[in-house]
Amino acid sequence: MKRKITLLLCVFCFLFSLAIVQSGYAAAADKPFTFGLLLVGPYNDHGYSQAHYEGGEYVERTIPGTKMIYIDKVNPADRPGITIPQLVDDMVEKGAELIIANSDDMKDGIREAARMHPETDFIHISGDDVITGMAPKNLANLFGRMEYGKMMAGFVAAMTSQTGKIGYLGPLVNDETRRLASSCYLGARYAWETVLKKDPADLKFQVTWIGFWFNIPGVTADPTQVAQNFFNSGYDVVISGIDTTEAVVVANQKIKEGKEAWAIPYDYVGACEGASAVCLGVPYFNWGPGYVSFIKKSMAGTFASEWLWLSPDWKDINNIDTSTIGFARGGALSAESGIALSAFISDLGAGKLNLFTGPLFYQDGSVYLKKGAVATDKEIWYMKQLLKGMSGQSSAK
Amino acid sequence: MQESNGINTSVSRRDNAIARFSRDLVITVLVVVSFTTLIIVLAGAPPLAAYYHIFKGSLGSWVKLGHVIRVWIPLTLCTCGLLYTFRIGLWNIGVEGQVIMGAVFTTYVLRFGMDGRMANFFLIAAFTAGVAGGALWALIAGYLKTKGGVNEIFAGLGLNFVAQGIILWLIFGPWKRAGIASMSGTELLPRELWLSYVSTIRLSPLGLSLALCAIIVTAIMLRYTKIGLCLKALGSNPNAAHIFDLNTRLYMLLAMVFAGGFAGLAGSMQVTGVYHRLIPAISSNYGYLALLVAMLSNYNVWIGPVVAFFFACLNVGSIQLPMMLQMDSSLSGVIQGALVLAALAVHAWRIRARRIAEETWY
Repeated sequence: MKRKITLLLCVFCFLFSLAIVQSGYAAAADKPFTFGLLLVGPYNDHGYSQAHYEGGEYVERTIPGTKMIYIDKVNPADRPGITIPQLVDDMVEKGAELIIANSDDMKDGIREAARMHPETDFIHISGDDVITGMAPKNLANLFGRMEYGKMMAGFVAAMTSQTGKIGYLGPLVNDETRRLASSCYLGARYAWETVLKKDPADLKFQVTWIGFWFNIPGVTADPTQVAQNFFNSGYDVVISGIDTTEAVVVANQKIKEGKEAWAIPYDYVGACEGASAVCLGVPYFNWGPGYVSFIKKSMAGTFASEWLWLSPDWKDINNIDTSTIGFARGGALSAESGIALSAFISDLGAGKLNLFTGPLFYQDGSVYLKKGAVATDKEIWYMKQLLKGMSGQSSAK
Repeated sequence: MQESNGINTSVSRRDNAIARFSRDLVITVLVVVSFTTLIIVLAGAPPLAAYYHIFKGSLGSWVKLGHVIRVWIPLTLCTCGLLYTFRIGLWNIGVEGQVIMGAVFTTYVLRFGMDGRMANFFLIAAFTAGVAGGALWALIAGYLKTKGGVNEIFAGLGLNFVAQGIILWLIFGPWKRAGIASMSGTELLPRELWLSYVSTIRLSPLGLSLALCAIIVTAIMLRYTKIGLCLKALGSNPNAAHIFDLNTRLYMLLAMVFAGGFAGLAGSMQVTGVYHRLIPAISSNYGYLALLVAMLSNYNVWIGPVVAFFFACLNVGSIQLPMMLQMDSSLSGVIQGALVLAALAVHAWRIRARRIAEETWY
């Protein structure tokens, strides 16, 4: 028996010793500043993860001497058994001095990893560990004020809808997703009531959650199915809150069937590509500027645990060097709605308009903002329920 | 003289067996290597570099070895459990669900200790509950088999889906984080309830000892106890029940309880030692993987852990493929699948060759 085991071990070692022959992987002479990127979805998902991946590429272009290493599909469904601390260990071994975890789902793992590697800097995107005081000194939080992008999405949705029924394809339920869905609703309501002067009672805004940021067969609800249900039951505009592009794909199918259908994807500047017939535009993240700011600090040794919530650059929200949040207009946006959108953006930017102004109520009728009150950052960040006027679950049942 | 002849025969038979085993192994390995190399080449990556990165990514440092062992522990526990059921001829495909239920029961107990007090008490209770949970789930499949005549493969598969349903319901429902509905899992356990580990090498000594104990206990149980003997007798010859007056049902249930218990323990390890919370994918597919490990090791309790170690290396090391070569890491799944297919093919070929040889003889 012992011999069997020895034999097995020998064969095993032999197999790998063959591979060691190939060891021409010497490190470069000049040590670059390596940063690691943990992406929750595929790096080419035309959505959230691709936006981050291109943010990383932007850093490599902008700051000479930086090098990105990344690993995508970092979630327990795609990579069973793989943990965040394990990936961080590996990236640190590969020389990463700063590591970015791009998903809400990585919150616990990245905090644990940051504690294990006090010499390495960490950024958790979309998290709030710094506010809650749970972050170690080497962990910072970064996010963009996407509520503005979502307001624009809601605005063009309501400007375009013929039926007044807007569907929101929601991911999972938490503070962030309630905030973003509510922002969409506020934008839509503003367009419906103030710009189009239509009856508030005729606007229907339905939120349907699938359970995660993207489809996991057998675990989440199928976003394709949810989008189809929207279009089949009279909703003519579907706004996506998830990381992937199902809303646009389904809308494309529907217009081929002769239906009127529009969609607004999310996250990635190029998400409308190939869907100009249905795409009204996309609110997107441009991670370059935020990443650059942190990586420069880390290189200079001045990295600090801070919570950074970056606004659009109102001078030009689509400026790749300065604006964290942008809105790329789609081919299906009418000229008329486009002009109205420009005015809307300029009012938001000038501070003439703040949609997070009371009176606003939660779904159960309780007061979110009193009349005339303007929401603080924290009040916007931590929304406990969806707003009154929206349909859909505010939390899990 | 006769005695020495007997010894000689047995030694030469053993040598023959070893020669056959090593020949099969070499053929299997060759088939697998050529198959995976072909796939890597088709994927447009350099095969040697791919093997090199998998190796370096799994055994290239102590920390990495620690991660490999972290995967190896639950995989070995499940494999050990499966040996009992395979021994009596049962296909306990429900092992996946048994891991999940072990994790669920563990979490249930730990939720009472979220304030971090009396951590050791809660950990022991949680592990016990995990074992009980896995065993209970296996017992259901066993009961359906022995009482209802439901094939254990179908019962097991069905129960896997039910377990998956239960875990999703708990995570999105009663055990959700306040105000959140996400498959990210339940509230993180307080650090007191994490299985202690040596932080420099990310290794949990307790987990490792439990897995080693499982191997030794299984080896002793299967080889030296009456239970082991009876399981083998019933597994190799159903008529043994009549001949030796054995209660087949009882032994089937017993085998299921052992399998489920070990799988449940693996679930407890996943909750307390790896994820520190309950997540929908808590089993990491180790149950299904353990079925492959058990088959590939020819149901041998000593070879099983070695194969499990190899699979754990693949699991941990293959993450390098997307990182270093921009290849899809699902290739490790292809290698594992190819291994099993090759092993089965070589096995079938051997049986066929033996049959032909016997036919020629007669």
